[in-house]
Amino acid sequence: MAETTRDTGAVEPTSGQRAPAEQQRWQVVPAPVPPPRGAHRLDLRTTIAIDLGRLAAAMSRRLGMGSGAMIGGRLALSLQPQALRRLAVGRRVVMVTGTNGKTTTTRMVAEALRSRAPAVSNATGANMLDGHVAALMTQPNAPFAALEVDELHLAQVTAQFEPAVILLLNLSRDQLDRVGEIRTVAESLRRALAEAPGARVIANRDDPNIVFAAAEHPGVTWISGGSRWKGDALNCPRCGAFLGDADQDWRCECGLARPEADWTVTAGAAVAADGTRRELDLALPGQVNRVNATFALAAAGHLGCDPNAAVQRIQRITQAAGRYGTVRLAGRPARLLLAKNPASWLEMLDLVSAEHQPLVLVVNSREADGHDVSWLWDVDFELLSGRPVRVAGDRALDLAVRLHYAGVRATVATTVDDALTGAGDGVPDVIANYTAFRDLLARSRS
Amino acid sequence: MRDRVRLALVLPDLLGTYGDRGNAIVLAQRLKWRNIDSETVTVLSSSEAVPESCDLYLIGGGEDVAQVAAVRFLRRGRGLGGPVDRGVPVLGICGGLQVLGTSFVTGDGARHEGLGFVDADTEPGDGRAIGEITTQSTLLGVGMLTGFENHLGRTRVGADSRPLGRVARGVGNGHDSAEGAVRGHVVCTYMHGPVLARNPRLADLLLEWAIGEPLEPLPDPPELRALRAERSKPHVRNRK
Ligand SMILES: [Zn+2]
Repeated sequence: MAETTRDTGAVEPTSGQRAPAEQQRWQVVPAPVPPPRGAHRLDLRTTIAIDLGRLAAAMSRRLGMGSGAMIGGRLALSLQPQALRRLAVGRRVVMVTGTNGKTTTTRMVAEALRSRAPAVSNATGANMLDGHVAALMTQPNAPFAALEVDELHLAQVTAQFEPAVILLLNLSRDQLDRVGEIRTVAESLRRALAEAPGARVIANRDDPNIVFAAAEHPGVTWISGGSRWKGDALNCPRCGAFLGDADQDWRCECGLARPEADWTVTAGAAVAADGTRRELDLALPGQVNRVNATFALAAAGHLGCDPNAAVQRIQRITQAAGRYGTVRLAGRPARLLLAKNPASWLEMLDLVSAEHQPLVLVVNSREADGHDVSWLWDVDFELLSGRPVRVAGDRALDLAVRLHYAGVRATVATTVDDALTGAGDGVPDVIANYTAFRDLLARSRS
Repeated sequence: MRDRVRLALVLPDLLGTYGDRGNAIVLAQRLKWRNIDSETVTVLSSSEAVPESCDLYLIGGGEDVAQVAAVRFLRRGRGLGGPVDRGVPVLGICGGLQVLGTSFVTGDGARHEGLGFVDADTEPGDGRAIGEITTQSTLLGVGMLTGFENHLGRTRVGADSRPLGRVARGVGNGHDSAEGAVRGHVVCTYMHGPVLARNPRLADLLLEWAIGEPLEPLPDPPELRALRAERSKPHVRNRK
């Protein structure tokens, strides 16, 4: 990766096509004054589109049709197709994409940025263009934005404007009957980055598909935190040759190779290539969140945030859109964990294996989950061997059969409440896939 | 009977998109529950060629490019011809059906020759067939088969082979109410699930072919009986 510039934090000026006026922000000690205000004059059409969008959002809220954000964003975008580009002018936008961890990492980025100046965010997971417009509309003057974006939609974003920072977390199989195969997604990300040569890209060096997507970009910071799921990274994403273990250094005959890490995430800290340590004592559990936090810190550092202030804000986060939050269900506290594909199931199983709380697993297969649940067999449920587990959801029986073959004793419950009521003492961990998680969260809040 | 049954998981790095490893897990466990040792031999695309000495071969599904690469790989060395002639069972799922078949047409319109172990020609259909599928198996003693299908291909089974099942619900091959293809001990199907997890009789039939003698029956656990009952109900998509 000789052509890749290295960035170990907030310390280097970035070469490329930046305006001279912006260069003063790249200092070891961030400037004490907030970054330039996002304030800029919007053209008449965009102003009207935003006003009407906000009106629609307010009406939708009043009619009890949800937060209204999506409707407002959609309307504004239909009245002004350039709305995203116009709303992004004058701001530093961080785009977060990848199969897993988008919402949590976006939350971390937004919190970290707020140590320096106001930041808007689409924290509720509205991660396509209308969701971005809706988020940016809420505070047109906020200088920062942290936006999660669906993997296949980053290209549409970079076609409209160049984000300041792009985070590429990981790519793995997800919703097999709905979303394109991983190679297609990786290629779409690669094209998206080609449209944003001036952006700082922060990317996962332990995921060959991400390496493929980012390798040609001139400004990449590489994060290394290991990966449990390797089922989608056995072969070179560029040429198809066999790679082997993605956690080991690899170099393909086609030239694609595992880059050097700028930040390595250990059991308690993020360590820079020069040995600088940044302790990570997070309220959120697990290695997966230390990796997410390192991505967020690298982004915040690049945008001039004080690392200590940023890390303190990240450490205080206890949940992101309900993920990892402790809620009340069936009259007892329970911790909600989201797992929606083999990679995230492995992360969550790893997390709960380290603890010994009662365990409830919930699997649905509705439209938003994908109907095909054959991925259950890609997950090493053998990790739960010897632990009593209760299962629920549309696909409780498929899951129970999977657990039977994994040597795990599973009890099928009719509802999640029944499962929780029958679970043993302690605060149960509930691992649920997308619609199951969403419904449980909504119910716990009502 | 040999002391250890060797199960070949063929090219999971190319053809393993739909939980296809699950069929190997199921077979190994069903042997273990009968106190028969087994070994799963994972054959990656980095290998020289597919080994000839295994007792059962599992070939899963993948993308167009992977299928073409798999055919090329499986022609290396002496290929699967020897085992197939000896009656060693081969299970092909989805893309594996097309690889083991006579020919298939990829998304770019190109026709590719398959390995020809079953008489089955595949072309892309109008849209993806996605959903629960139930069939009555043509294999003796196997009965109802349940699975989940997720494929674009439509397959015609030729005179030299027969379907694995008759479709009661779902799409299957998309021709003549047929699903899958069988010739000798080569069994091909579009069913994910994976198919052997949901259909223990088929799993045991393959194992009996592999071992060459009958196996004592295993009781089905209640969750498996409930799953099969739930999925064989007509016109129920999901439990809500
Ligand atoms: Zn390569």
